[in-house]
Amino acid sequence: MTLPEETITVPAVEMQDIVLRFPGVLANDHVNFTIYPGEIHALLGENGAGKSTLMNVLTGLYKPQSGEIRIHGKKVSFNSPRDAIAHGIGMVHQHFMLVENQTVTENVLIGLDTPRFTLNLKKYDQEISNLAEQFGIHIDPTAKIWQLSVGEQQRVEILKILYRGATILIMDEPTAVLAPQEADELIETLKEMAAQGKSIAFISHKLTEVQHVADKLTVLRRGRATAERMDLKDYTRESLASLMVGREVIFNLHKCEQTAGREVLRLEDVSALNNKNLPALRNVDLALHEGEILGIAGVAGNGQSELVEVITGLRPCAGRIWLEGKDIANKPPSFSIRQGLAHIPEDRIGVGSAPNLSLTSNIIMKRYDQQPVSQKWQLNYVAADSLADGLKTEYDIQAPNVHTHARKLSGGNLQKLILARELSSAPRMVVAMQPTRGLDVGAIESVQQLLLNQREQGCAILLVSEDLDELLSLSDRIAVMYEGQVVGVICSQDFDLTQIGLMMTGTLTQDLPENARVEETPTEGTPSSFDEVLDNLRNYEESAQAAQPGEIEPSSESAEPLEESPQPEPPTPPEEPPLNLTEKERVLRKVLGEKYKQGDEE
Amino acid sequence: MRIPYPVLLKRTEDTPKWLPVVTSVGAVLLAFIISGIVLAATGANPFKVYSYLYKASFGSWGAFSDVIVKATPLLLIGLGCSLAFRMRLWNIGAEGQFFVGAFMASAVVMVPLVNLDTTPRWAIISLMAVLGMLGGALFAFVPGILKAKLNINEIITTLMLNYVAVLWNNYWIFGKWSESGFQMTKTFPKSAWLPRLADYAKQVPAFSGMTLHVGILFGLFAAVIVYLIIYRSKWGYKITLIGDNRRAARYAGINITTNTILVFMVSGALAGLAGMTEVSGVVHRLQERISTSYGFSGVIVAWLAKLHPFAVIVVSILFGALLVASREIQPSGISFLIQGITLFLVISSDVLLKYEIKWVRPAQETAQ
Repeated sequence: MTLPEETITVPAVEMQDIVLRFPGVLANDHVNFTIYPGEIHALLGENGAGKSTLMNVLTGLYKPQSGEIRIHGKKVSFNSPRDAIAHGIGMVHQHFMLVENQTVTENVLIGLDTPRFTLNLKKYDQEISNLAEQFGIHIDPTAKIWQLSVGEQQRVEILKILYRGATILIMDEPTAVLAPQEADELIETLKEMAAQGKSIAFISHKLTEVQHVADKLTVLRRGRATAERMDLKDYTRESLASLMVGREVIFNLHKCEQTAGREVLRLEDVSALNNKNLPALRNVDLALHEGEILGIAGVAGNGQSELVEVITGLRPCAGRIWLEGKDIANKPPSFSIRQGLAHIPEDRIGVGSAPNLSLTSNIIMKRYDQQPVSQKWQLNYVAADSLADGLKTEYDIQAPNVHTHARKLSGGNLQKLILARELSSAPRMVVAMQPTRGLDVGAIESVQQLLLNQREQGCAILLVSEDLDELLSLSDRIAVMYEGQVVGVICSQDFDLTQIGLMMTGTLTQDLPENARVEETPTEGTPSSFDEVLDNLRNYEESAQAAQPGEIEPSSESAEPLEESPQPEPPTPPEEPPLNLTEKERVLRKVLGEKYKQGDEE
Repeated sequence: MRIPYPVLLKRTEDTPKWLPVVTSVGAVLLAFIISGIVLAATGANPFKVYSYLYKASFGSWGAFSDVIVKATPLLLIGLGCSLAFRMRLWNIGAEGQFFVGAFMASAVVMVPLVNLDTTPRWAIISLMAVLGMLGGALFAFVPGILKAKLNINEIITTLMLNYVAVLWNNYWIFGKWSESGFQMTKTFPKSAWLPRLADYAKQVPAFSGMTLHVGILFGLFAAVIVYLIIYRSKWGYKITLIGDNRRAARYAGINITTNTILVFMVSGALAGLAGMTEVSGVVHRLQERISTSYGFSGVIVAWLAKLHPFAVIVVSILFGALLVASREIQPSGISFLIQGITLFLVISSDVLLKYEIKWVRPAQETAQ
């Protein structure tokens, strides 16, 4: 895309010398921020650097103490987000604000003055689908929100803003919730919108992604801009990181070579339902060994949360789960905790902590029943406090004291608190779900290092993450989940991002051993429907089981044939069509819902 | 849409320890002021009314003894509610549990379960207390297990069960145990009475006419026990954890089902004990009107005390005083008026605890 000449065009947004002070914090310290029409301007910074604050000033949520905002050259003063919308500024938040049971169109129209009384939804469906097409957004306007994937829901949010006539879009960490393919698609959409003259502010703390998307870059650190409207090509990933955190960040974690030990966890034929009583896990077999990190890759909602919940005893299931020789399936969480299972939950605030209780109370959550915290019927608060104090120092939890309420901790410190609680009890196994999501670079590094330390100590670690870079750098093996099944397990020496990405989106052909297809399926080539995908999958599973009767240990032996198959099979992966196809299939499946799934089952 | 007055509500990071006390006291004072305005509007002199109220409840030792008598069931019920509310179980069925406790205690005398002439007084009273608690606990077990196993809203079940309990009692006092057609049982024999101060009037003349009975000791003892449970015991930690974040508690391996039922039963047992002290210590028979809606006032007491067991003692005495005073003034609804306004204000004062309120001055608003 071509950048407009800055000297001729009037900037769409011009924020000058913005100062915003909260009690005790200077959130924005004389920050300038300018976007020209047709430009994607990235705003990079750690959590708490003031990115969101700056953008909230632009959307009228906060009033700056000093500074000026000009929109298309006109000085403005916003009193509420409504004023900002009137000036064509819209923001897509990280957490979507959509009504689950209503259609895309209904969600887009919510809160507007027209239509007034009678809904002529058909007409608006058409309008919205035209609008979507204009920017290359794929969406079915009549689909209900709950039927959509996270990525599709985000598109609805974008449409909401576009429909209100926004010319300036603020995206608050839009890719945090997306799978790689979905993120790529979003980036395409953003570029298309920029090409049509929209201005986009893109908040992120993911360096690689910013390098992909943005034309210009502003970096914030502790409220100050450390780089303003810089061209991205002048920076390397490392120099950007140091601008962000103010020090050199080492991207190579210390990961020692070690061989996995004996088996710690084994899942045998585990199936489970999700909260909507639809099958979420289908016949999962997995094994995990001492000193090994098994990464679980997959687009959100393909059974990862259910897998974690089933192992930690929070969800009933069929099948067997052996932890250190004991069957922990369908046992209460306390049982597996006693067997040495630590759990770093995805939802730190909702599950991992008690927000209105003290640090101490949060630390002793799983050991209030053990010496020295437990004294007969009593709880020894002195011992508990000193335990918490020790862990606070050891894990470097930033808080005034151990009586501080957990809700006052920042995201990174809360995660450290959870890690301190879970890892200090010398667990045999750790189940970690999204342990670094939403954390800043510094915190990510320390969390990852802590996990690697556990691995060195012989702990078995199940790491579920949507950040593929994280999985690739930490895992010894990666299991890819799609539609509640483990569609393949890959060893670290064979890691291949494209292959994992394709497996994640259900384009399974690459993963199928050649003999399986020749023997079981008469038809060759790309699967043309979801049924065929599943058929192939079933065939693959059968053949895998036939190959290793009784022993489904997806270690290197089973991974190798998967690797070989794609090379002699050139017609299988033409770049674009299969991806679109799967996209369509996914929509189809979401819309048809259960009927489709059950038809595919036995 | 904009709020007409530019008020900014900001979630407070730190709530100072003294603030809850100040807001509670402030709420009570404000309730008196508002009630005073209502009284003035009806033509009465609020200052006179209040000084009369004070005299009626704290004016003499005899009056104060009556206050404590009224405070006893409030204290026990308030403690039970505090425990349940800490786990965010909204047990508002204390009234029903109170009635069932009273019924079970009465059964000891009315069936009779023991020989009333030969059994020593302490044994009869202990049996009545145990059965009273058991009755309340079993009656609370029903909403407890429904909540724990089927997640049925406990507010509805406990509220509805109140009527069941009242009607159950009516069946016995109108029918089986009716004293020659009156809607009450016969008076219990002395051996089933809780000892009162008046019983010792011979030894200490000052005690003559004082109705204060040992039930208050049950209440104070229970306050200490509940305090130890909440602030010292492992069980209290579990209750607090479940109350703050159910999902976190489940994740930490705490059995929520069992604890829900247990807390319900302990809460019910305390209300049942209150019922026992009332029949055995005050009315000495089972009759229709044994409760001046203690069960509901207990809820208010627990809230006003911010669920702290020792604060419950103070608040229940205050509410006992209001109840005593209401006998003395007309219309007697005045004390309920004050109660209601107090609860309203206490609940609204939570906003002050959770948020900082800032008035945005127009000058500040336009400042750029």
